[in-house]
Amino acid sequence: MAIRSDDAQTPRRGVSTAAPISARGLVKQFRTRRGLVTAVNGVDLQVEQGETFGLIGPDGAGKTTTLRVILGLLTRTAGESSILGYDSMRDTYAIRERVGYIAQQFTLPPDMTVMENMHFFANVQGVSREGQRRRIPQLLEFAGLSLFTDRLAGQLSGGMKKKLALACSLIHEPQVLMLDEPTLGVDPVSRREFWDLLGNLRAEGGAGGPGGLSAPPPDGGGLPRADPSTPRAVTILVCTPYMDEAERCTRVGLMYRGQLVACDTPKAVKKLVPGRLLEFVPSDLESATPLVIELQGVLAVQSYGLMLHVFVDDPAKRQPEIETALAAHGIACTGMREIEARMEEAFISLIQKAVAAGTPGAG
Amino acid sequence: MLRRLKRFGALVRKEMTQTLRDRRTLAIVLITPVIELLLFAYAVDITVDHIPTAVADMSLDAESRALIQALVVSGYFDVAVYLEDEAQVVQAIDEGRARAGLVIPPGFGASIARGEGQALVLLDGSDSFTVQSGYTAAMAIAQARSLDLLVQQAGRMGFGAAVQSLPITTSARILYNPNMDDLVFIVPALAAMLLQILAVNLTAMAVARERELGTIEQLLITPIRPMELMVSKMLPNLLVSSIGLLTVTLMGTFWFGVPFQGNPWLFAWLSLLFIVSGLGLGLLISTVSQTQHQAQQISMMLFMISLLLTGFLYPRAPMPPLVRFVGNLIPLTYFIRLARGVITKGVGLSFLWGDVLALAFYAALIMVLAAVTFKKRLD
Repeated sequence: MAIRSDDAQTPRRGVSTAAPISARGLVKQFRTRRGLVTAVNGVDLQVEQGETFGLIGPDGAGKTTTLRVILGLLTRTAGESSILGYDSMRDTYAIRERVGYIAQQFTLPPDMTVMENMHFFANVQGVSREGQRRRIPQLLEFAGLSLFTDRLAGQLSGGMKKKLALACSLIHEPQVLMLDEPTLGVDPVSRREFWDLLGNLRAEGGAGGPGGLSAPPPDGGGLPRADPSTPRAVTILVCTPYMDEAERCTRVGLMYRGQLVACDTPKAVKKLVPGRLLEFVPSDLESATPLVIELQGVLAVQSYGLMLHVFVDDPAKRQPEIETALAAHGIACTGMREIEARMEEAFISLIQKAVAAGTPGAG
Repeated sequence: MLRRLKRFGALVRKEMTQTLRDRRTLAIVLITPVIELLLFAYAVDITVDHIPTAVADMSLDAESRALIQALVVSGYFDVAVYLEDEAQVVQAIDEGRARAGLVIPPGFGASIARGEGQALVLLDGSDSFTVQSGYTAAMAIAQARSLDLLVQQAGRMGFGAAVQSLPITTSARILYNPNMDDLVFIVPALAAMLLQILAVNLTAMAVARERELGTIEQLLITPIRPMELMVSKMLPNLLVSSIGLLTVTLMGTFWFGVPFQGNPWLFAWLSLLFIVSGLGLGLLISTVSQTQHQAQQISMMLFMISLLLTGFLYPRAPMPPLVRFVGNLIPLTYFIRLARGVITKGVGLSFLWGDVLALAFYAALIMVLAAVTFKKRLD
């Protein structure tokens, strides 16, 4: 199952020993009119069997480029990268037979129907006729597209497009799934549904891992596998701008300026946040922010909508101090309370730290 | 192997589905050559006759009138205006009132009697077709007129018996196109040209469109090989082009009445080869273009070059070697000779094998080139 005969190139390293997705010292430079731009600057990444690894980071951090280089969609400037032990550059087609991929934009032929798309990708990936008969209805059911088989792909809603892309990328039972911001521009409900689908994928085969955050599907049936002798869960690498999605990953890697500045479980990443977090609504956000930063014991300040998130060393001690200091400037504070730091805060805090450290990288 | 076939089959089905689904584009693509064939065939007239001519007859005698008459009767010249002198004639051509001028100096008849008659023919050099036709016609008419006069003179001088006929007469027989019908010359080449435009344009957009839509990314991440993609992009367009071929050929034969001398099946096979070359060239354009717009620009340039260098309008023999070589890079160059050979001359493979081989080689090479230049990565 691991190696399909046809034109599979021999892997350079052992298929079983290597992590399903691996990058070492990965560098990608683009030649532009303004000179050389380093989009990925020495990324080390190991995604283990059955993991769902979330790559997060601000726009332009190099997430998509990292994904594309590992997939072999872009040439590699330096370093090593492989999927299932197949080198991204040398064993291009071996990788292409074994991974499922959803690009950031909708990249399925828009002038073909849902069913035509499914059959196309099934045939292109060499799924047997019998396999298609069984698997396509399952995938359509799984993606909630059973009623739309005759609809042109380009006429589906945003969420349905993404689900179709997922269904198509799963048709050949890939061992590795690479998703590039799969829920970008999709409404929150569809986003949740999409991640529930991913959860089902992970749940099957029992290798849910520590990140089995998603509830099992209501009907109790994940996506049935064609071959029950392969209980290995899909290994997923996903780029996402959404922090709630990052929380659903087994591990997350935070990219900033082409580098991985943090890489751990969501829980551990949240622990990287300095101190503890106070949340409140100041009556004047703009003038409150610089005042709070200057106070003793305040480690960092983030604005969040109309609210201010303040990282402090000792909430019990600092809460009254902040209230007093702001009151002195005629600013009232409402609803001040200590909250649990979420990925969102951790993310911003880590970025601020990286900026302060002057992380060398892309110019 | 089986997987390869399956993959290829899926690709072909995809391309067929997409091509046939876009009915509007399909209709435009198929109707365009018909309209173009009609317009071109009626518009392009290489032999220029009835050239409006400004005449300054300063002699006004029998001989001068006879010369003017001879020019008009030939059908090549029409007297547009009678003027006084050479300056006025030049001015008339300047102003565009006339495209040619005839200046007959005073005492024309008398000088002819002395054997030194001279008339000046002015031609508008800004239009090379007028010059070509006008110059040849004027020379021929003047010579014919001179011979007439010589024979008359000889008769008057008593050599009547000796000079009843000219010592040498040439009789020309124009093969394949006895009536010098321009359509016979132009329609096969025009059909070939339209076919190339159709074929190249069909595929020139193919890969560039996938690139622009971003759908190329999803194709790249599958095990599809470049050559499989290239050939699958070609097949539905081969079908469309064949319909185009059939349309223009039937129109040429039945609407324009251009006689089809050769073997239609031979022509069909050669056309297929030509269409594959054109589609391959389009694919190559498509793979080296980043956007559809770029692809369009390149195929436009190709059209211009084809118009000039393939023997469509101008003979290739007098071209400098380098220019001729550029013409050799275009499939139309070979196919125009083949089309004229089969349709107009009615000759077979034994005469055409050189061009057939060249075209076959071209078709194979261009497909390989397209597949090789197709980038299997995004950068």
